[in-house]
Amino acid sequence: MSLVFAGVCSHAPGITGRAHLADAGVKDEFHRQFHRMGEELRASKPDALIVIAAEHFANFFMNNMPAYAIGMADHYDGPIEDPKWLGIEKRKIPGSAKLSQTIIREVMQTVDIAYAEEWRFDHGIMVPLNFLTPAYDMDVIPVNINCQGPPLTPLHRAWTFGEALRRACDKVPERIALVGTGGISHWPATPDSGKVNEAWDREFMNRWCANDREAMLSYTDEETYREAGQGGFEIRTFVTVAAAARGKGEVLHLKSIPIFAVSCTAATMSVE
Amino acid sequence: MSLYTMQKFLYTLNREPEVQRSYGKGGAVRDSLLAAYDLDSEEFAAIRNGDIGKLYVLGCNGQLLMHFAPLLGIPWADYLEAMREGVRKYGPVRAGIYAMTTGTEEKVAGV
Repeated sequence: MSLVFAGVCSHAPGITGRAHLADAGVKDEFHRQFHRMGEELRASKPDALIVIAAEHFANFFMNNMPAYAIGMADHYDGPIEDPKWLGIEKRKIPGSAKLSQTIIREVMQTVDIAYAEEWRFDHGIMVPLNFLTPAYDMDVIPVNINCQGPPLTPLHRAWTFGEALRRACDKVPERIALVGTGGISHWPATPDSGKVNEAWDREFMNRWCANDREAMLSYTDEETYREAGQGGFEIRTFVTVAAAARGKGEVLHLKSIPIFAVSCTAATMSVE
Repeated sequence: MSLYTMQKFLYTLNREPEVQRSYGKGGAVRDSLLAAYDLDSEEFAAIRNGDIGKLYVLGCNGQLLMHFAPLLGIPWADYLEAMREGVRKYGPVRAGIYAMTTGTEEKVAGV
């Protein structure tokens, strides 16, 4: 079939783990929009969901860090974090090794990737799934882009990776949904937690919604680190989704909630 | 300085329940566990004592520390304050990409 849904969202652990510390009205509005994104995703009737995350030393470490990795198993486990800390219970998440392998083979035609037959999801995937597929009844194919340990893959390679994923989705009979998670500007897990650069976030999302390839790829890592923090490196997942979807974006939610440590983002993109 | 080794230990600790059990026993069991890693005395003591502030200043990745903290029973607000206290006591972050850009008395998220 093809790609039937594309979107991006935040994945900060505070979204679920520190929900009780946020202003209830502000938190509820974000959660409502996050759930709305899930409803739109499920309405597209996908057979499987590819989640492109920027995980955080849960499965991949600096002894052997792939720029890109794709899961290839019939099920996964998560969250790797303390369930009470994250606010999400441990469970098995269904996957499809067969579908993963088909997609991996096609992606490899143009992009060298790693694959993994085991994967323990951290908040980068579990928090989005909590809203997008709360019944955990959809096959998930996890994808990781290293946004954590420099040197990082260049943005133009993240774009090429998105093109490869789209080509792979177009070649399988299944209906595929694609979601990128992370970003945008933030300084997570440090005393700066809660700091964001709202102007930078709005500008980035403008470029993303317009699917302006040149503008998105013009950021340097030095600029991103300075203006958007180390968490800003996760724009790679958004860039990959834009390259795959080829459409225009619509922001459902973009507002900072400091106790969640990010500009809480939910956005969809038309598939062209 | 073996930032890589410190982080490798924390990565392993965060992933492996058996390592968590050994660390949690404390004392000689914890020391024996850490002895398998090539750490200098400052690094060894920081991990042995669960000194979040020192580990942060030494450059440990925040994503690793963020999960080490609940393992130690440290709530979120106290985790953030431990890093601020580390900077007050030991000076600026020495390595890595998780340097502090706010003041030690600043609380961006109110905690």
